[in-house]
Amino acid sequence: MDYAREELLACTIARLIGDVTQTAHVAVGAASPIPATACYLLRARQGGRPRLSLLHRRRGNPFSEGSRELFDLAGQGRIDVFFLGGAQIDGEANINLVGTGEYPQLAHRFPGSFGSAFMYFTARRTILFREEHSARVLVPKVDFVSAPGWSPPGLWRRGGPQALVTGKALFAWQADKRRFRLESVHPGCSAEEVRASTGFDYDAPRAVAVTAVPDAEALRLLRGPVAAEIAANYPEFARRVWGLAA
Amino acid sequence: MPEAEQPLPSNETEILADAEAIAARIPDGAFVALPPDYSLVAMEVVRALIRREAKGLRLLGVPVLGFCADLLIGAGCVAEVETSAVSLGEAGLAPRFTAAAERGTIRVVDATCPMVHAGLQAAEKGVPFMPLRGVIGSDLVAQRADWKTLDNPFAANDALLVAKAIVPDVALIHARWADARGNLWIGRRRELATIAHAARATYATVEAMRADDMLDDELLAPGVLGAVYVSAIAPAPRGAWPLGVIDEYAIDDAHLLEYARRAKTAEGFARYLDEFVRKRAAQPA
Repeated sequence: MDYAREELLACTIARLIGDVTQTAHVAVGAASPIPATACYLLRARQGGRPRLSLLHRRRGNPFSEGSRELFDLAGQGRIDVFFLGGAQIDGEANINLVGTGEYPQLAHRFPGSFGSAFMYFTARRTILFREEHSARVLVPKVDFVSAPGWSPPGLWRRGGPQALVTGKALFAWQADKRRFRLESVHPGCSAEEVRASTGFDYDAPRAVAVTAVPDAEALRLLRGPVAAEIAANYPEFARRVWGLAA
Repeated sequence: MPEAEQPLPSNETEILADAEAIAARIPDGAFVALPPDYSLVAMEVVRALIRREAKGLRLLGVPVLGFCADLLIGAGCVAEVETSAVSLGEAGLAPRFTAAAERGTIRVVDATCPMVHAGLQAAEKGVPFMPLRGVIGSDLVAQRADWKTLDNPFAANDALLVAKAIVPDVALIHARWADARGNLWIGRRRELATIAHAARATYATVEAMRADDMLDDELLAPGVLGAVYVSAIAPAPRGAWPLGVIDEYAIDDAHLLEYARRAKTAEGFARYLDEFVRKRAAQPA
């Protein structure tokens, strides 16, 4: 069955979020249409659950206390799952959203750290997501730590990384080893290709699974109610993936 | 020794003619707090600052910045930005910010969103700092002389990060309405209240003036920023364009995409300024 790459990634993220017994409240931050798609897919399947706090929702936004409310909710432990990306992500799950080169005179400047340095600690689980899977993005050591993947014992930290999803593969985070493990490669990619395009070292099983593709029911929901929700908030993305006008 | 106190004013709100009059009140070199693009941004004042060739502004993103900061940076009005990010959202990287940061023509003071809020909340309360969880272990901490770790005085072996109080010289915002007393209706955009509470002066443009006192209306009152914080207001219908005002007009996505395309080069940006800023071109209805 034909599916868009974005649909495969959203279905993969939806499985990581899990059902309502695992996740009551998901928050989605800046410019994250694929994680948002994953959340709306779960809500379409689960009678409107989990609760979704979409920071940039244009109408019916869940926040009424301004832009600090998301962080106050997270600080209190009310956010189960959050999403972060990175201009660079390294093998210890450190993320860099600031830029590459030597700070402060960076060779390539990116937007900045947003709330990552707080949300990575306070959300119970963080799913790392970056579509580009290359040695340029997945590096041995980030040039700048916007938010650290782990913290030494004795320092307060409620949550941390759960997994890393890219355009080529899914990695699980092993907190005890502070290392990623390759879980599956997406259809059309091989374990060898993933190894060659990943700048950090990671664990991998002898035989690597292939990421499950979207089934007919998932595609029906994605292209129906989910696409309509996404178009209202990420019009450019919805136009590109589903050909929808806002 | 406590720092010498600099009390903030209890304003009698002035009503000014237009956005140009507000831009004239914001001096070169001022530390100006701005809300994010999805909030209520006083874009017409931003354009007026460019027209009056403001210099050396220090921008504070509460907690992030976008189109408004990119315009000011590209036009040479900015010396420094303190922010958690500068981005055009779906329209991608903020091109003039990116170019200026990479060339080193502006100083970037990198933050993370809740530390900006915490610093402003300290200023709201008139206390010197505010603690926050997390962040320790980020490379941001070493860059910030105004962030320090502190032991929790109520528990052993529990380090917290504290943000020094942030007191902007100016809070620059847009609002849906003002009444004759200078009360502003900002609705759910409470970050505007946080900025105004913390700043020495608050300047606002408004979509429309109301004849009634909004604090007499129990349904409007919770969305009001009280006049005590507001230094001066001026009318500016469609003053947030191409950004939006909920229930009035939506963010102009097509214009932001067009801006992002044109501002990729210094020449394209200069032509954008000529067309949409310097000539006070008519905005699409």
